[in-house]
Amino acid sequence: MDLALNWYLSLSAVLFTIGVLGVLLRRNAIVIFLSIELMLNAVNLSLVAFSQAFGDVDGQILVFFVMSVAAAEAAVGLAIVIALFRNKLTVNVNEINLFRG
Amino acid sequence: MELLVQLILLPPLLVAAFNGMMGLFAPGYRTNEWLIGGLATAAVALPFVVTVSIFLGFHHEPEIVRYFTWMAAGDLTVDFAYRIDQLSLIMTLIVTGVGALIHLYSIGYMKGDPGYWRFFAYLNLFIFAMLNLVLAENLPVLFLGWEGVGLCSYLLIGFWYTDLKNSAAANKAFIVNRIGDFAFLLAMFILFQAVTGFFDGPFGLDFTTLLSADTLGALGNGTLLAVALLFFIGATGKSAQIPLFVWLPDAMAGPTPVSALIHAATMVTSGLYLLARLSPMILLAPTAMVVIAIVGALTAIMAATIAITQNDIKRVLAYSTVSQLGYMFLAAGVGAFFVAIFHVMTHAFFKACLFLGSGSVIHAMHDVEHELEHKGLVPGHGGEHRDEHAAPPRYADLPYEGGFDAQDMRTMGGLRKYMPITAITFGIATIAIAGIPPLAGFFSKDEILFKAFEYGYNGHPYAYFVWIIGIVTAILTAIYMTRAYLLTFEGRERWPDAMDTKPHESPWTMWVPLAVLAFFSVIGGFFGLPAVLGESWIHHWLGSEYGGPVAEPLHELHVSHSLEWGLLIFGALWAALGVFYAWTQWGRRGLEADASLKRRLGFLYGIFSTKYKVDEFYDATVVKPIVEGSRRGLAPFDQNWVDGTVNGVATLVRGIAGRLRGIQTGVVQNYALAVVLGVAVVIALMIFV
Amino acid sequence: MLEPFLFFLFAVLAVVGALGMLISRNPVQSALWMVMTLFAVACLYLTLNAQFIGVVQILVYAGAIMVLFLFVIMLLNLEATPRLGGLDWKKGVAFVLGVAVLAQLLVILSLRLNAAPTLLPAAEAADATSVENLGLALLTEHAFSLEIIGVLLLAATIGAVLLAKKRFV
Repeated sequence: MDLALNWYLSLSAVLFTIGVLGVLLRRNAIVIFLSIELMLNAVNLSLVAFSQAFGDVDGQILVFFVMSVAAAEAAVGLAIVIALFRNKLTVNVNEINLFRG
Repeated sequence: MELLVQLILLPPLLVAAFNGMMGLFAPGYRTNEWLIGGLATAAVALPFVVTVSIFLGFHHEPEIVRYFTWMAAGDLTVDFAYRIDQLSLIMTLIVTGVGALIHLYSIGYMKGDPGYWRFFAYLNLFIFAMLNLVLAENLPVLFLGWEGVGLCSYLLIGFWYTDLKNSAAANKAFIVNRIGDFAFLLAMFILFQAVTGFFDGPFGLDFTTLLSADTLGALGNGTLLAVALLFFIGATGKSAQIPLFVWLPDAMAGPTPVSALIHAATMVTSGLYLLARLSPMILLAPTAMVVIAIVGALTAIMAATIAITQNDIKRVLAYSTVSQLGYMFLAAGVGAFFVAIFHVMTHAFFKACLFLGSGSVIHAMHDVEHELEHKGLVPGHGGEHRDEHAAPPRYADLPYEGGFDAQDMRTMGGLRKYMPITAITFGIATIAIAGIPPLAGFFSKDEILFKAFEYGYNGHPYAYFVWIIGIVTAILTAIYMTRAYLLTFEGRERWPDAMDTKPHESPWTMWVPLAVLAFFSVIGGFFGLPAVLGESWIHHWLGSEYGGPVAEPLHELHVSHSLEWGLLIFGALWAALGVFYAWTQWGRRGLEADASLKRRLGFLYGIFSTKYKVDEFYDATVVKPIVEGSRRGLAPFDQNWVDGTVNGVATLVRGIAGRLRGIQTGVVQNYALAVVLGVAVVIALMIFV
Repeated sequence: MLEPFLFFLFAVLAVVGALGMLISRNPVQSALWMVMTLFAVACLYLTLNAQFIGVVQILVYAGAIMVLFLFVIMLLNLEATPRLGGLDWKKGVAFVLGVAVLAQLLVILSLRLNAAPTLLPAAEAADATSVENLGLALLTEHAFSLEIIGVLLLAATIGAVLLAKKRFV
C-alpha cells in the first residue's frame, strides 16, 4: 500500500493532542514545557510531510525556523522557571497565580 | 500689500504672545515694566506707521489680500482675506493711533501693578482682534475679530478679578454680548442660505460678492429686513444700545485705559462699523432704518439723562459714551453712515481724552487716599488689627456713605491747581463733546443733526422725531459734561485734610497722550466740514457718491443754504447755552446745584439717578426666573436624574466587574482550557458549517 | 513494503514516548520519555527524505534542549509529584476536551483530506527536497530570515542570562 499523507497527519494530530493534554493536566511547569515542545514537534512532522508530498523545500525551511525559535524559547522559558522557583520555591502552576483578578 | 497687511496684523499678536508667555513662564520677566510696556506700545505704533503709509498712497481702489483658506465645506469657502479700502483704513488709523497713545499712557498708569504683563498681553491681543474686525473681507473673519474683542473686553473688565464685583461686571458684559452675537450668527446663516440660492460657486460671505449690485438686487425684501435687523441687534450688544446697553456702565470696573480704548474709542464702535460696512444692504431695508434711528435716539437721551445724576466720574463718561453711540446709530438710521463714522472718529479723540484724563485724576486721588489712610483719616482697605479697648478711630466726614472713593467727584474739586495739564486737556475735550465750535464734537454732532433734518425734509417723518430728540440730547450733553468738569477741577477742594494733602500731576507718559488727543479733539472736526463752510473731506473719502464704500441715500430736495446756516448757528448757541447753564449752577454753587436740580426735577430725578431701573427690570424678568427656575427645577433634576443615571451606570459596572473578576483565577491552566475550548468550537464550525 | 513498516514502527514509538511523558510522575522520567519521542520523530523525518531536519532534530532537540531540561530539573531537585486522590472536574473536562479535539482533527482528515495526494516516490522527492536545495534556499531566498534568527537567538541568550541571575526578580 502507498503511504498517504493522511497517515502522517493523523500521527501529528495524535501527538499534538497528547501535548495539549499534557498542558492541561500536568501541574509541573517543566512537564508543561515539555508538552509544548511535543506540540511543536507534532506540527513540524506535518510540515515535513507536506514538504515531501508536494516536493517543496519551503516546508523544511519553516521547520528549521520553528526549531530555532523553540531553542530560544526553551532557554528563556527555563530561565523563567528558575527565577520563579527561586521566588516561590515551587514549579506547581496551581500555586502560581500572580494574575488573579 | 500682503507684507504690509502682515506688518499691521502680526506685531500685536506676536508681542501679545511673547509678553503673555514670558510673563507666564518666567516670573522674573514680569518686573521689566519698561520692556513689557515699550514692546507693547511699539507693537501698536508700528501698525499705525504702516497704515499711515498705506493711507497716503491710497488711490480709491479697494485692495483685497488673501492669505489662505480658513475653512471649506460644500458651498462654503471662507478665506483669511483682508480688505484695504477707505473705510477699513480710517478705522485702522483710529484703532492703532488711539491705541498706541493709550498703550503709552498705560505704561505710567499701570506702574507697579502685579498683573502688568497680563494687562499688556491682553491689550495687544485686543488690538489684534480689533484689526481683524475692521480689516476683514468677509463676515466670518469679521466675526472672529468681533468675538476676539469681546473676549479681551471680558478679560480686561475682570482684570482685577480678586474683587468679585469686577468678575461679575465681566460676566455681565460677556453674557449680554452673547445675545447680540447670537443675532449676528443668525444673520450670517440667513445671508448664506439666501445667497447660495442664486449664486453659483464657492461663497464665503465676502463683502465683494455680498455688496455687489447683483446680489443686493436678488435678495428679497423680507430677507433684507431680517438680516438688517439681526445685524442691528448684534450691533446693539457690542455698541451698548437699548436694550443691551446695561453692560457698558458696569464695564468701568476695568482699568481706566481699558475704558478709554475698548469701551469708548474702539470696540463699542464696531457695531457702527458693521452697519457702515453693510450700508448698501441696510439702506435697502427702510423699516430697519427706522428702528435703528429710533433706538439710537432713545438710547442717546436716556443715557444723557442718567449721566446728569451720576457722581462717579467714570460712570458719567460711560453713560456719555452710550449716549454718543446712540447719536451714531441715529445717524446710521437716517442714512448718514459716513457721518456716523466721522462721529466715531471725533468721539474716539475726545472720549479717549476724557477717559484718560479721568484716569489721571483717579491716579492722583488714589495717592491722596493712601496718604489719608496713612494719616488715619479714612478707613484702610485691609482689616488692620486694632485694640478693642482703644477709642474707635475718628474718620473725617465725607459727603457720602461708605469709604473714600477715588472715583467720586464729590470728594474732588479744585484739581486744576494741582494737575494743570490734565485739567486743560479735560476741559478741551469737554467743550469738544459739548459741541462748542470750532472743536471736533461740534462738526460731527451738528452734521448728524443736520442729516437727520435733511432726511426728514426728504419725506421721512420719523427723522424729524429723532432730530428733535437729538437736539434735546445735545444740550443735556453740554450740561452733564460741563458739570463733570466743574465738579472735578473747579471750586474748592472737598477731600478731607485738603490743606496738607496735595494731589500731583501725572508723569509724562500719561500727559503726552492727553495732549495729543486734546490736540486732535480741537482739529478733528475739520475733516468733515458742513457743506456751507467748505468741502467735507470725510464725505469725499468714504461716500459712495465719490467711489467710496459707504452708501448714502439720494436726496431730491436740498435744504437751502440759509436754513443750513441757521441750523448751524442754532446748534452752536444751543450748546453754548448748555455750558452756560451748567456754569451758573455747578460753577457757582458746586454740589448744592445737584440738590437743587433734584428738587426741581422731582420724581424724574429719581428715575434718572436709578438708571430707569433697567437693571432691576432685567433682574426681575430675566435673571431671577432663570436662576430660580434652575434652582427649583433643574437642580433637583440634575442631582437626582442626571447624576443618578451616571452614578447608577458606574455602580452597575462595578457590581458586574466584581462578579466577573472571579473568573480571573490567575491559574494559567484554566486559561489554556478556555483556549482549547475555543479551538474545539472553531474546528466544529469548520466541520459542520 | 519497507516504508509502511518503518512508519508504523516509529509512529508507535513516538506515541508511546509521548504517553509516557504525559503519565510519568517524575519529571526526569518525563524528559527521558520525551527523548524517545524525539528520536522516533527524527527517524520519521528520515523516512520522509528530510535528512537535514532529522539530523538537526537529534542534535538540537534530543541533544541540546533536552539536556537543558534535564539540567534544570536536576538543578531544582524536583521530586515526583504526589498522587492526588481521584480526578477533579477540571481534569475531567480537560481530558474530554483533548479527546474531542483529537476526534475532530481525525474527522477533518478523513472528510476533507481524503482526496489528499499520496507522498511522492522517494526518488522524485529526493531531488526537490535534497539538502543541497534546502541549503540553497536557506542562504539565498531566506537569507534575511536566517540572519534575524541569529539575532533572536542572541537576544534569547542575553534574556536567559538576565532572568537567571540572582538579583533579577
